[in-house]
Amino acid sequence: MKILVAVKRVIDYNVQVRVKEDNTGVVTDNVKMSTNPPDDNAIEEAVKIKEAGKATEVIAVSIGEEKSQETVRKALAVGADRGILVKAEGIIEPLAVSKLLQKIVEKEKPDLVFMGKQAIDDDCNQTGQMLSALLNWPQATFASKIEIKDKKLEVTREIDEGLETIEINIPAIVTCDLRLNEPRYASLPNIMKAKKKPIEQLNASDLGVDTSPRIEQIKVEEPPKRKAGIKVSSVAELVQKLKNEAKVI
Amino acid sequence: MSVLLIAEHNNKELRPFTLNAVTAASQIDGDVHAVVIGQNCDEAAKSLSELPLIKKVIQVDAPHYQNFVAENFAPVIVKLAENYSHVVCSANTFGKNLMPRIAAALDTSQISDIIKVISPDTFLRPIYAGNAFATVKSNDTKKCVTIRPTSFDPCESLGGSAAIEKAEPGEEFGHTKFIKREEIKSDRPELGTARVVISGGRGMQNGDNFKLITSIADKLNAAIGASRAAVDAGYISNDHQVGQTGKVVVPDLYIAVGISGAIQHLAGMKESKVIVAINKDGEAPIFSVADYGLEADLFEALPQFLEELNKLNTIQK
Ligand SMILES: Cc1cc2nc3c(=O)[nH]c(=O)nc-3n(C[C@H](O)[C@H](O)[C@H](O)COP(=O)(O)OP(=O)(O)OC[C@H]3O[C@@H](n4cnc5c(N)ncnc54)[C@H](O)[C@@H]3O)c2cc1C
Ligand SMILES: Cc1cc2nc3c(=O)[nH]c(=O)nc-3n(C[C@H](O)[C@H](O)[C@H](O)COP(=O)(O)OP(=O)(O)OC[C@H]3O[C@@H](n4cnc5c(N)ncnc54)[C@H](O)[C@@H]3O)c2cc1C
Repeated sequence: MKILVAVKRVIDYNVQVRVKEDNTGVVTDNVKMSTNPPDDNAIEEAVKIKEAGKATEVIAVSIGEEKSQETVRKALAVGADRGILVKAEGIIEPLAVSKLLQKIVEKEKPDLVFMGKQAIDDDCNQTGQMLSALLNWPQATFASKIEIKDKKLEVTREIDEGLETIEINIPAIVTCDLRLNEPRYASLPNIMKAKKKPIEQLNASDLGVDTSPRIEQIKVEEPPKRKAGIKVSSVAELVQKLKNEAKVI
Repeated sequence: MSVLLIAEHNNKELRPFTLNAVTAASQIDGDVHAVVIGQNCDEAAKSLSELPLIKKVIQVDAPHYQNFVAENFAPVIVKLAENYSHVVCSANTFGKNLMPRIAAALDTSQISDIIKVISPDTFLRPIYAGNAFATVKSNDTKKCVTIRPTSFDPCESLGGSAAIEKAEPGEEFGHTKFIKREEIKSDRPELGTARVVISGGRGMQNGDNFKLITSIADKLNAAIGASRAAVDAGYISNDHQVGQTGKVVVPDLYIAVGISGAIQHLAGMKESKVIVAINKDGEAPIFSVADYGLEADLFEALPQFLEELNKLNTIQK
C-alpha cells in the first residue's frame, strides 16, 4: 500500500501574525515558516502505518514556492521515503491545490491520501474534501483515530456533537486532527539521511492545471482591537462588577 | 439570482445554527430557498417552511441520507445548484465536511467561514486565527459560501409558510459506511449558543477538578468550554474545545480559568462581549483580552466565586 501525504508550508503557529501596512496581506518576510501542524500528524500516521508493515511507501508532496522544499525535506526526515514539490508562485487556492493533487494521485496511484484537517494560515478547511470529490473517493475528515482493516479504514472523526465513526473503502482521503497522534521529532542522523532522499520537482503549469485565483483579495486588515480591561483585586469585586457594571449575571 | 441554503438538522429538529445561516443567506439575496436532506425529515422540513425568510423548501428524503454522509449529500445539492447563484451553509463540522465537495464538483472556489456579507460577491472572513480580516471577492459564477454562525443573529423562527417541494433522491455512494455517533448529551445550553461560557484549561490539573467549573456553570446556566490542552490531556471531551481548531463562541460572558490565552484559543472566544480571566500568572496573555482579570489561584478563587454567586438574590438565566 502506498500513502501520499500533502504537507503545506505556513507561517509558524507561534508567530504573532502582522498585517502589512498597505493592507495587501500579512507580513511574511523574515517570518519563521513551518509545516502546517496537522500535516505533521498526517505524516506521522503514514509513517506509523508503514512501520507496522501495512504500507510500503510514504510520499510527501507540497505545492508552493521553491522553499516548500524544506517542508518536504522535513517530512522525509521523519520517515517519508520520497518527496514531490510542485512549484507554483503566488496564491494557490484550495481548488487549484486539489486539482494539482489530483494529477499527482493519477500519476502515483496511492491507496490513501492523508492531509491536515485545515491549514492554520488560511483556515479554509477545504482541500481534502475537494480532492475526494474530484477523485470520487470516500473522505474521512477531522480524523482522531484510524484503524486499517483489510481494504477498509475505520476512522473516528471529531464532530461538533462529539465523535463519529465511519468505515470507508480504500482508496480514500483522510484529513487529520491534531489529536490523531504525537508527531515525532526528526533525529540528527535522520535529518542527514533525508538529504539523500529524492525530491521530484514539477511545475504546476506542466500538470495542465489552471491555478489562477478565482477569489480576489480586496484587502487584509487588522481586526478591531478590544478595549483594555482592568484587574480586580478579589472575587467579591469581580462578582460585583459582573453584576452591577457589566450587567451580565 | 437566488440562494440555496443547506439546512442542518437531526431529521426531526433543525440545528439552531441553521437559523443563523438563513440570516446570512438573506443578506446575500432576499430569495432564499432551503434544502433539507435526510430520512423521514418531514418535521425538519416543516420547521424550515415556518421560517419567514425562506421562500421555498426542497425536501429530499431517502434511507441513505439518515446519517448525513457528505458523499451522499453532495451530488443532490450539485444538481439543485443549477438554479441558484449561491449555495450557503454553516461553517461547523457538518458544513465544513460537505461544502468543499460541492464546490469542487461545481468548479468554484469556496469562501469559508465568512463573518460579514459586504455584497453578493464580496465577504469578510478571518484568516490566521482571527489575527487578520480579509475582504474577498469571488469571481466564480456560482458561489459556495460557509458562514460563521456566531457572526449572524438567528432568524425569526415562526410565522412563515413556504411551500415544501419534494425532489428526487440521488444514488447511494457505496464506499462510505456510517457506523456510530457518540453524542455527548447534556442539559446544559449548547456551547455555540450559550449566553455564558466558563472554560477550563491545563491549570485545572485533572478532569475531576472540572467539578469546580461545573458547579459554577450550574449556577449561571452556562455551557462548559475548554482549551485544547485540557482536551488533549483528557480532562474533558473534544466537543468542549474552544479555539481555532475547535468551536468559536461569542457569549455575553466568557470566563477563562487556568487558560494562558494562546492565539489559537483566543481565536475562538475573543469576540465575546465580556471576558473574565482567572489565572495565577499575572503575565498570562489572556489578561490582554480580559475585561476583568483576577490574578489568583483558581483552587481558591472558584470556591469563593461560587460562594459569592450564592449570596446574590437573582442571577440572570
Ligand atoms: C488573499 C489570500 C492571500 C493568500 N496569501 C498566501 C500567501 O502569501 N502564502 C501562502 O502560502 N498562502 C496564501 N494564501 C493561501 C492559499 O492561497 C490557499 O488558500 C491555501 O494554499 C489553501 O488553503 P488552506 O491551506 O487554508 O487549505 P486547507 O483546505 O485548510 O488545507 C488542508 C490541507 O490541505 C493540504 N494542503 C493545502 N495546501 C497545500 C499545499 N500548497 N501543498 C500541499 N498540501 C496542501 C494540507 O495537507 C493541509 O493541511 C492566501 C489566500 C488568500 C485568499
Ligand atoms: C495548529 C494548532 C491549533 C490549536 N488549536 C487550539 C484550539 O482550538 N484551542 C485551544 O485552546 N488551543 C489550541 N491550540 C493550543 C494552544 O497553542 C495552547 O497550547 C493551548 O491553548 C494551551 O492551553 P492552556 O491555556 O489550557 O494551557 P497552558 O498554556 O499550559 O496554560 C495554563 C495556564 O493555567 C495557569 N494556571 C496553572 N495553575 C493555575 C492555578 N492553580 N490557578 C490559576 N491559574 C493556573 C497558568 O498560569 C497558565 O497560564 C492549538 C495549537 C496549534 C499548534
